[in-house]
Amino acid sequence: MSGTNMTATPEGDEATVFYVVDEHDHPEGGSTMLGFWIYLMSDCLIFAMLFATYGVLGTSYAGGPGPKELFDLPLVALNTSMLLFSSITYGFAMLAMNDGKQRATQGWLAITGLFGLAFLGIELYEFSHLIHENAGPTRSAFLSSFFTLVGTHGLHVTFGLIWLVVLMVQVQVKGLIPANTRRLMCLSLFWHFLDVIWIGVFTFVYLMGMLR
Amino acid sequence: MSADYKAAPAHSADLDSAVHHDDHADDHAHGSRKDYVIGFVLSVILTAIPFWLVMTNPLSQQTTALIIMAFAIVQIVVHMIYFLHMNGKNEGGWSMMALLFTVVVVVIALSGSLWVMYHMNTNMMPAATEMGQMG
Repeated sequence: MSGTNMTATPEGDEATVFYVVDEHDHPEGGSTMLGFWIYLMSDCLIFAMLFATYGVLGTSYAGGPGPKELFDLPLVALNTSMLLFSSITYGFAMLAMNDGKQRATQGWLAITGLFGLAFLGIELYEFSHLIHENAGPTRSAFLSSFFTLVGTHGLHVTFGLIWLVVLMVQVQVKGLIPANTRRLMCLSLFWHFLDVIWIGVFTFVYLMGMLR
Repeated sequence: MSADYKAAPAHSADLDSAVHHDDHADDHAHGSRKDYVIGFVLSVILTAIPFWLVMTNPLSQQTTALIIMAFAIVQIVVHMIYFLHMNGKNEGGWSMMALLFTVVVVVIALSGSLWVMYHMNTNMMPAATEMGQMG
């Protein structure tokens, strides 16, 4: 150790801890994943509030139709499977990305997008069907909270799909550069997170609704 | 950050590694193909059973409700582990801390809202039956 240190602390040398006080380089995007995760947690709070609202208002039918008359479980099961399939195909896209296979990544992303589109299509069909049956969001508190909760989830899926298409273009133009792999990993978290929210939706809204 | 040195005394002697310790570039987990397939199979099972229970009604309503809620919680954990690759080491443990904090807030907000509003409904709306409210 240096002479100045020896004079300052003659014996406690091994206890000396050194800190680097200079600015050092942070790799670009080094904290992106944690930041995005914290965004997802705040999004989770939004959904928690919508679930709480549905939980409070979900039995106020105002004399209108209830879940048993409105929900079509086979359709919901189909919808759920679409989202689940899109989750695993996104997982395969990430595996291809880790291996540096650009074409396979793009292929799996495209399949994920198609499953996402199918999910949205089925959901929009269900919504239009409900509104057609005079069970739109203005019918009762139950339907208001239902459309808000499920619609917010559907909006997230819509933005996820737009994001997916943008990333596919970026990967096509620039390849699997670190910035693009980082973005794909963020979308991976987002996409799987939406599937987690959907577990809550199909359990608490659809299945529990049919039990009432 | 300095905890790293205390945990690994071999490194604390080596000042060079202390200067370059900030390797926070790539400490997030990647899943393997096996992880995704296990997660998918478990999810299919954990989704199919609740739907089947509700569609065919082999059990009482209360039992079915309890089972499907339990299955939902298990499936959320499965997704967290196999699809979102959560573990205590991601981002130096801060992902898990953020998740646990969120879970605490969600549980308080959800159970609090339902509890309070349920009691408001039962205690403060004596006219509810006269108004012909359904459900």
